[in-house]
Amino acid sequence: MYSHLLSEFTVQRMDDRCIRCQVCERQCPNGVHEYDKGLDRMFTYEEKCVGCQRCVVMCPTKALFVRSHPSEYRMNASWTRDKFQNLKKQAETGGVVLTGSGNDKPYRIYWDHMVLNASQVTNPSIDPLREPMELKTFIGRKPDTLKINMDGDVPKVESELHPNIPLASPVLFSAMSYGAISYRAYKSLAMAAKEFGVMFNTGEGGLPVEMRKDYASNAIVQCASGRFGVDQDYLNSAAMIEIKIGQGAKPGIGGHLPGEKVAQHVAQTRMIPQGTDALSPAPQHDIYSIEDLSMLIYALKEATNYEKPVSVKIAAVHNVAAIASGIVRAGADVVAIDGLRGGTGAAPLATRDNVGIPLELALASVDRRLREEGIRSKCSILAAGGFRCSADVLKAIALGADAVYIGTAALVAMGCTLCQKCYTGKCAWGICTQNPYLVKRLNPEITSQRLVNLLKAWSHELKEMLGGMGINAIESIRGNREHLRGIALEEWELNVLGVKGAGE
Amino acid sequence: MLVQKHYQNDRIIPEKDIDNCGLFGVMDTSGRRFGGEMAVNAIKNMKVRGNGLGGGFAIYGLYPEYKDYYALHIMYQDKNMSAKRKTEEILTENFYVVYDEEIPTDPSVNVFSPPLVWRYFVKPQKNSEEANMADDEYVVSKVMHMNTDVDDVYVFSSGKNMGVFKGVGFPEEIADYFMLEKLYEGYIWTVHSRFPTNTPGWWGGAHPFSMLDWTVVHNGEISSYGTNRRFLELHDFYCTLHTDTEVMAYAVDLLMRRQGLPIEVVSKIFAPPMWNAIERMNKEEKELYTTLRMVYAPLLMNGPFTVVIAHHNEMIGITDRIRLRPITAGAKGNLVFLSSEEMAIRRVCPDLELTWTPAGGEPVVARLNTQDHLKSLNKSI
Repeated sequence: MYSHLLSEFTVQRMDDRCIRCQVCERQCPNGVHEYDKGLDRMFTYEEKCVGCQRCVVMCPTKALFVRSHPSEYRMNASWTRDKFQNLKKQAETGGVVLTGSGNDKPYRIYWDHMVLNASQVTNPSIDPLREPMELKTFIGRKPDTLKINMDGDVPKVESELHPNIPLASPVLFSAMSYGAISYRAYKSLAMAAKEFGVMFNTGEGGLPVEMRKDYASNAIVQCASGRFGVDQDYLNSAAMIEIKIGQGAKPGIGGHLPGEKVAQHVAQTRMIPQGTDALSPAPQHDIYSIEDLSMLIYALKEATNYEKPVSVKIAAVHNVAAIASGIVRAGADVVAIDGLRGGTGAAPLATRDNVGIPLELALASVDRRLREEGIRSKCSILAAGGFRCSADVLKAIALGADAVYIGTAALVAMGCTLCQKCYTGKCAWGICTQNPYLVKRLNPEITSQRLVNLLKAWSHELKEMLGGMGINAIESIRGNREHLRGIALEEWELNVLGVKGAGE
Repeated sequence: MLVQKHYQNDRIIPEKDIDNCGLFGVMDTSGRRFGGEMAVNAIKNMKVRGNGLGGGFAIYGLYPEYKDYYALHIMYQDKNMSAKRKTEEILTENFYVVYDEEIPTDPSVNVFSPPLVWRYFVKPQKNSEEANMADDEYVVSKVMHMNTDVDDVYVFSSGKNMGVFKGVGFPEEIADYFMLEKLYEGYIWTVHSRFPTNTPGWWGGAHPFSMLDWTVVHNGEISSYGTNRRFLELHDFYCTLHTDTEVMAYAVDLLMRRQGLPIEVVSKIFAPPMWNAIERMNKEEKELYTTLRMVYAPLLMNGPFTVVIAHHNEMIGITDRIRLRPITAGAKGNLVFLSSEEMAIRRVCPDLELTWTPAGGEPVVARLNTQDHLKSLNKSI
């Protein structure tokens, strides 16, 4: 442990409620609670507490409270507590401060500064409980127009079509690799995606062979810089292939799965020796420029007989619009943009909190650039990074996204409480760990239902809001910024978003 | 229509007009020409559907003696004579003008700030660079040039053997002002009465909207306007009039005129069947409708609309997929009617033989010398 650090959390135990059942001791992977049989007493090591609240909700007599530690340094607007503590840790170790999950800094969340429209008088709103309301979405390249010849009375489509994948709802599960998350968490995502008719993304950790028969048709398989688990069958089994260039939580750097998490089955799926660190390089070493990306896109298309759309995922960085345009011209069918608040299993804190731009601004400028260049139909845009509710999703679609990726929201549905300790491999909820004792806490049959419920609930809400706007198909809100208005935004922000201010 | 201008940012695009309207169309499928009495009386009978801020007529079979020439109806705002001079320079440079005159009006009819409206019968006079350009495209480009580059000029219509008369007022006032019932006959009459909620009166802003011999009259507020607009921009149509009708008119121009798709297909783009209906179709239809919806998703016209589209030999009525704006069809002998309200048809044709309510997205197509309009009868409600 670090010396002279204040604890982040304090643990309070109400002794008159505690029955010494030791549930908290068994539930905490960090060793916060300890039972002394001789004294018949619980001891608390609060400096080890990460604030995940597992013990609190599991305690049968509700005897526990975990809250921020009341000790305070002298108030200082510049030297905040986390700046202080991180610096002290570094002074002690000389290391990089690590963290997990998404950026938690108070950058402006533009979703909370945009409001949606509704119909009044001049057109009717539509009640989704009584009338059809459609969320079906296709991801992939579309021709600008169709050439149709009439065979007598019967129209025949002559244009060549590109592969597209259908989605029952415009929400997909973001890339979370097997290895970073547990097999059960990973399988829960696959089961939910299949049941609801959407997709899950394998991340860079491969797709276990035994899952391919049942779940590959709902899988987006990643080809990342480490190329873990990539082979002919992996690519061909999937619905779509995604080249991972960058990740919103850590633009510019690669992945690091510590050897301790590379258990036998993880190793087999990733095609690496058991117990070795799975390091994926910062760049793809065969892509040092846009023409190299084009070659990889077409290599993957050749390998899959041009039957799968190919996506390229990038982190939202300063000149994201020009980069996205290059990606579409390089032949990608889908551009996935991961914003500043995107999550991760492990990233240096400095990078996570300071690199990249908010998704909302990136999305709006990519969509506008692709339209200005007349290539918007040539690709679908997937937006990722920080979606918390269905309204965020709808606003993203109105800004031009075809569909959105959710990662953190799915984890929260499975139990995650954003303690940000994913990189320790000690997830008390059995999600971000390979420890067999912890992993058992998830039951995919149950967890996948929670994920299906999440998709169902958000879809219902999307329908309600669409109906209110007098729209009965999701495609009619796509890029439809007329239905958005900004609140409390600067003029330059409204301009980048392409959205009028409220009342304008 | 077809005034092209590119906006730097979605944020500065002006608010669009919202209007709700009455419309009526009548066609004699034998091609017999008749006067304006039915159109005028029918729309007069739906007076409350308009508020006097816009009315207009499209007439087909209007100029049989000049049927090989493009008939340009051009409006000069505020009777601006220098605009007229500039326009006529453009016309004489680019066309052979065989005849022109002021469109006669009745000065005793009191209308709001009438412009000068002139008609020209022209044939393209192409220079060597333009020699390979199709006549229609040539006319479109010149019309757009006049609309965009000359102030106070707006081309009402530019088709052969047809014309648009429109302005600020109730449609029957516009009819009286242009003396339509006295002077003209045609085999198709479409008419529009407008109820704008936020527009100043401008003669060019009334319906029908027209390019070449295509006209569109429209009742609705399209909630998908923003999505439709940006798709059309990808095809070089920039919406500047900020009305729903404009996106509808451009979409018709793109799909029907430029791409030559029949209305039976186009109606399934504007008002496609629901996905669960597509699921139940046979394999070929399922593939066709899935492809149409996938590729032309941005041209789905969402929200309430009814539209009457016309061009030579054809009058089409179509309503949105969940029928949020009314349309009724009727027929007697060779006469086919389309109307916002059935009583307007019955008012002008008391011994109507057939009347039906078309289903959402099912077009009623009246074609010269055919009984095609009866096809929609089987699918009616």
